[in-house]
Amino acid sequence: MTLPAQSEQLPTQTTQTSAQLSYRHAFMLVLKRDLTIAMRHKDDIINPLLFFVIVITLFPLGIGPEAKTLSRIAPGIIWVAALLATLLSLDRLFKSDHLDGSLEQMLLSPHPIFILVLAKIFAHWLITGLPLILIAPLLAVLLHLDKNSYTALLLTLLLGTPVLSLLGAIGVALTVGIKKGGVLLSLLILPLYIPVLIFATSAIDTAALGLPYSGQLAIIAALFFGSLTLAPFAVGAALKVSTN
Amino acid sequence: MWKFLHPYANPETTYHFTNKLLPWLIALAALFLSIGLVWALLFAPADYQQGDSFRIFYVHVPAASLSMGIYVSMAIAALSSLVWQLKLADASAAAMAPVGAAFTAIALITGAAWGKPMWGTWWIWDARLTSELILLFLYLGVIALHNAFEDKNLAGKAAGILTLVGVINIPIIKYSVDWWNTLHQGSTVSKIGKPSMSLDMLWPFIFSFLGFSFLVGVIICLRFRNEILARNSIRPWVRELVEKSVVK
Amino acid sequence: MSKDTSTPLISASNLTCIREERLLFDALSFEVHPGNIVQVEGPNGSGKTSLLRILSGLSQPYDGDVKFGDKKISRCREEFQQNLLYFGHLPGVKGEMTAEENLEFNLALHGNDTDKTLAYLANVNLLGFEDSLASHLSAGQHRRIALARLYQSNAPIWILDEPFTAIDKQGVASLENLFSMHAARGGCIILTTHQDLISIESGNVKKITLDYHYDSLLG
Repeated sequence: MTLPAQSEQLPTQTTQTSAQLSYRHAFMLVLKRDLTIAMRHKDDIINPLLFFVIVITLFPLGIGPEAKTLSRIAPGIIWVAALLATLLSLDRLFKSDHLDGSLEQMLLSPHPIFILVLAKIFAHWLITGLPLILIAPLLAVLLHLDKNSYTALLLTLLLGTPVLSLLGAIGVALTVGIKKGGVLLSLLILPLYIPVLIFATSAIDTAALGLPYSGQLAIIAALFFGSLTLAPFAVGAALKVSTN
Repeated sequence: MWKFLHPYANPETTYHFTNKLLPWLIALAALFLSIGLVWALLFAPADYQQGDSFRIFYVHVPAASLSMGIYVSMAIAALSSLVWQLKLADASAAAMAPVGAAFTAIALITGAAWGKPMWGTWWIWDARLTSELILLFLYLGVIALHNAFEDKNLAGKAAGILTLVGVINIPIIKYSVDWWNTLHQGSTVSKIGKPSMSLDMLWPFIFSFLGFSFLVGVIICLRFRNEILARNSIRPWVRELVEKSVVK
Repeated sequence: MSKDTSTPLISASNLTCIREERLLFDALSFEVHPGNIVQVEGPNGSGKTSLLRILSGLSQPYDGDVKFGDKKISRCREEFQQNLLYFGHLPGVKGEMTAEENLEFNLALHGNDTDKTLAYLANVNLLGFEDSLASHLSAGQHRRIALARLYQSNAPIWILDEPFTAIDKQGVASLENLFSMHAARGGCIILTTHQDLISIESGNVKKITLDYHYDSLLG
C-alpha cells in the first residue's frame, strides 16, 4: 500500500498556499464537472427543450391559426414558455448533488461558496438557456412573429435567460432539502420572474412597431447585473440552510 | 450600539414584555377602530362622485398600506436574524407573515368590491391591484416555504432569505407593473386619481388607519407569544408556565 | 502547529442539539488535540451523526460553540475548511463520472494534488475500475472512491462518519493503519463506527459516549 508521502508533521494551513485554490480554478473545475455530467445525461438538456417546443405548439391549436392573432401574442407565449421550461430544468441544478452528498462536500471545500454556485448556475444556463435561445427563432416562425422583432427576441433571451437561472437558483437552493419541493419552487420563483417577462415582451412589441427598444434592454441588463452580484450570496446562504 | 436590545434577545423577558404590552395594544385598537369606523361609515360625508361606495376606501387603503408595511417589517426582522443571529427575530417574522397575507387579501377583496361600482367589473388589471396580487403571491411563497420545513429554526432562516430576496424585488416588480400598465392602458380604464381629501374625510381616515395598525399589532403580538412558546418548549420557564396554567 | 497537547485542534463547548423536539445531547464539551483518535459511540438515534455535522460546521447547534484553535469555526470558515476533511453518510460520488474522474474532482475541490489518483484508487482496491462509470459500481465501491481521498489529504482534522461501512476486512485494516499514521504525524480523527478499532491500541483511542434520551421534550 502506498502511504502518503508526507510523514512529517502536518502544519495547519493558515494561508491559501497554492494556485490550486484560485477563484478561476475553482470556477472552471465545477463548470467542467457539471458540463461533463450533463453531456453524459443528455435527457436533462433535451427534455426542457422539448417541453418548450410542445408548449408553444399548443397555443396555435388552442387559439386558432390566424396569423395576425398569433403574431400579436407571440412574444408573450415564447417568454412564458421560456419561464416554464427554465422552471422545469431548475431541479437538476442542486437536487442530485444534494442526494448523493456532493453538495455538502462543495460547501465544505475551502473555496468561497459563491464561486462554486456561480459556476453551477453558469453551467445550468449553458445547458438550458442557450439551447432555448438557439431554437427560439424557429418557434418564432411558427408563431408568425413580426419580422422586425427577431433581433429583439434574441437579445432579450440572451440577457433575460441568465436572470431566470440566477433567480431560479435561489428558489432551488431553498427547496432542495424539501421532499416535494417542485410545486413550491414555482410558487417561490414565478413572481420574481415578472419584471423580466414584462420588459422582455415589451421590448419585442416595441421592436415590432419599428421603435427603439434600448430602454427595455438596458433595464433587463440591469436586472442581469443585479442578480449576478446578489443571487450567488442568497444561494449560498440558502444552501447552508438546506443542508443543515 | 445594539446593547440596548440585549434584554429582548432573551425569550423569557420578551414573553413577559408582550404580556404587559398586549392590554395597551388591545385598548388602543378598540378605541381608534371604533371611533374611526363609526365616523367613517356613518358620519363622514359621501364622495360627490362615488357616493357611499367611496366609504370602502377607509378599509381598503389602510389594508393596502399595512400589507406593504408588514412585508417591510418582516424583511427587517429577517435581516436582523441573519446579521445579529437574533433567534427571536425569526419568530417575529413567522408571526407576521400570515397577518400580512390576510391584509393583502383584504386589500384585494375591498379593491375588487370598490371596482364593481366604479368600473362596472370586479377586476381590472389596474397597476396597484396587480402589484397587490403579486405581493399576495410573495406572502404565500414565504408562508409555504415556512411550512415545508419541519425544523422551526431552519424554516425561519429559509423564509428569512426568501423575504429579503422578495423585498429587494418588490420595488422592481412595482416599477415594472406600473410601466406595463401605462403601456397597455386601454381607453376603458378610468384611473382614480388621488382624491384630494377634505378635512372631514381625513380625520376619520387617520383614526381608522391607526385603529387597523393597532389591530395588526395585537394580532402579531398574540402570534409572536405563541411562536416564542413553541420555540422554547424545552426551557424550564415555559414548563413552569404550562404547569401553572394546568393547575388553574 | 507543534505537538504541544495543550492546544486543541478542535474543541466543543456546551454543545446542545435538539432534533424533532428530542434532546440528543446537552452541554457536551471536549477537546481534540493533535494525535488524538476520538471514537463517538452510542446507539442508533443518539446523535452521533448530528454531532459530527455540527463539528464540521454543516449544522448549527441549538446552543454552544465549536472552535478551531481559539476561533469559532463560523468566524474562520475558509481557514477551518482548509484543515478539515469530512466524510459523511453520503459518499458524494457522481454516477455519470468514472471512478477516477470522481476522485480527481474531489481532490481538486479541496485543493489537493491530483497526479497520483491511480495509486490512491489502488489503496482502496479499485484498480481496474478507474474507467468504469460510478453508476456501474456498487455502493461499497462508491464509498471506497470517496475514502481514497484520505490517502492524499493533508488536512489535520478528519471527521469520519461510519468510514468502515461496506468496506472489507483488508480495507478496514489498511484504513486503521492510515489512521494511526495520521495521528502520529499530528493529525486528529473523530469518527463513528459500530465495530471496534482492532489494530489501534485502545489506549490511544478516546471515547465519547452518547446516550439515547427517551424523554420527548414536549413531555
